[in-house]
Amino acid sequence: MKLTILVHSAPYSSQAAYSAYRFTESALAAGHEIQRVFFYYDGVHASNGLSTPPQDEFDLVKAWQALIEKHELDAISCVSSALKRGIMDAREAHRYEKAAANLAEGFVLSGLGQLVDASLSCDRVVSFGA
Amino acid sequence: MEMTPKTLTFIARSTPYGSGRAKALLDMVLSAAVFDQNINLLFMDDGVWQLARDQQPGMIDAKDLSAALGALPLYEVNNVYVEARALHERGLTLDTLAVTAIPCDDAHITALIAQSDQVFAL
Repeated sequence: MKLTILVHSAPYSSQAAYSAYRFTESALAAGHEIQRVFFYYDGVHASNGLSTPPQDEFDLVKAWQALIEKHELDAISCVSSALKRGIMDAREAHRYEKAAANLAEGFVLSGLGQLVDASLSCDRVVSFGA
Repeated sequence: MEMTPKTLTFIARSTPYGSGRAKALLDMVLSAAVFDQNINLLFMDDGVWQLARDQQPGMIDAKDLSAALGALPLYEVNNVYVEARALHERGLTLDTLAVTAIPCDDAHITALIAQSDQVFAL
């Protein structure tokens, strides 16, 4: 099955953010295709490269990065959600004259059209967030 | 290539200003509207508060979401539904809403979801 994953809650605030990761990992292991992973609303915190949990806790940002790299996933953080929450790539940092860029490697900033586009061409959209 | 339009149903379940969810869902609806698909927008649970008339969110430095709802027909989003029970439970009535919405019971909501290709809820 071709799946689109929508994540709209934040790591460490909501279990759903972690469940989204585990579901994606399991779906891939079961042979399903992941059309796109779209991080929206508070979900964009999963793409914050400055996220630094204590060493004995699960690092969800790193875990997503490893999964994205291994399976060459199309992982998009909603640009308007991300900018509001202080997550940006070098291009946006330059455009808004911010001191630094912090989008974690592997993630791409783009618009909601990417979610709609993916949801029109996949079998199922599976949403995580409460 | 011309594709058969899909039915996307968006379910608004959050209060308008208690979190960013109401605006986030509305942004999704407006983005989807430009793709020329069949769009349903359903207000359920606390989401029915988004439809209340005479909102004054300027007092808390927020943008008026009900004004954005008024723009839905311009985006050809005409299938706007509201959970009748949720309205009743909150002392709201159809004629006190900022926009026209079709009242739905549970069976109608079940059918809407069953007829949808994708469902999004926030």
